[in-house]
Amino acid sequence: MELIHFQLLAAILFSVGLYGVLARRSAVLILMSIELMLNAVNINIIGFASYGNFASSFSSFGQVLIVFVITIAAAELALAIAIILRLYRNRNTVNVDEIDILKG
Amino acid sequence: MIDLSEILFYLVAALILFGAAGVVLSRNIVYAAVGLLLTMLGTAGLFILVFAEFLALVQVLIYGGAVVVLILFAIMLTRIDDFRNLTDNGQQLVAGLVSIIVVVTLIASILTTSIEQTLLSGVGIQELGIVLFSDWAIPFEIASLVLLIALIGSVVLVKRGEGGD
Repeated sequence: MELIHFQLLAAILFSVGLYGVLARRSAVLILMSIELMLNAVNINIIGFASYGNFASSFSSFGQVLIVFVITIAAAELALAIAIILRLYRNRNTVNVDEIDILKG
Repeated sequence: MIDLSEILFYLVAALILFGAAGVVLSRNIVYAAVGLLLTMLGTAGLFILVFAEFLALVQVLIYGGAVVVLILFAIMLTRIDDFRNLTDNGQQLVAGLVSIIVVVTLIASILTTSIEQTLLSGVGIQELGIVLFSDWAIPFEIASLVLLIALIGSVVLVKRGEGGD
C-alpha cells in the first residue's frame, strides 16, 4: 500500500463522478456524483497526509482539512436539496435539461 | 510480497469503485443511492486502513447516515414518475470522452511524478483533537457558523410562500 495507490484510486473515482455530473439528467443524481468527486478529493488528501514525506504537523493538517471538506459538503448538500425541492414545487420536474428558463 | 493491508486496500478500492459505478450507471435512482452508501462505507474502510479512526467515524456518521438519508428523502419528495427507469441526457458520449481524457491526464501525471514518501504515519484522535482546537480553532468555529447559515437558508428556501406562493 503506497501513496500511488491512493492517487490512482482518487483519479478514477473523480472521473467517474465527473461522468455522472455530465451525463445524468436528474438533479439528485448530479448531486450524488458531486459527492463522489468530493470523496475522491478526500481519498487523495488522506493518501498524502499518511504517506507524504512532510513535517509531522502536516499529517494532522491533512486530517483537519478532510474534516472541513466534510463539513462544507454537508452544508452544500443541505442547500442543494432545498433548492431541488423548491424547483420541484415550482416546475414539477427535477430533470436539469427541462429547466431552461434562463435560455435566451 | 503482498501483505494483508494491501489485500484489504484492493478489496476496499473495489467496493468504492463498484458503488461509484452504481451511482453513475444505475437505471434505478434508489439503487444509485445504495451505491453511494457503498462508496462512503468503502471510504470509511480506507480511513481505517491508514489509522484515521476519527475520520472513519465521521464518514460513517455524516455520509453513511445523514447524507444518504437526506438524498433518499429528496428522492421521495421529488417523486419522479419513471424513477425505476431513468434516462440520461444525450451527452453520454461527450461525458465519457471528457472523463476518459481527465482520467488519462491524471494517471499520466501521477505516474510521471515521483514524490518522496515515508512509511505510514497515523495521527491519533487525541493529537487531531488538540490540533483542531488549538491551531484551527477559529476556522472550526467559522465552519460551525457556515453550517448554521446553510441550515437556516435551506429552511427559508423550502418554507417561503408555503401557503399562497
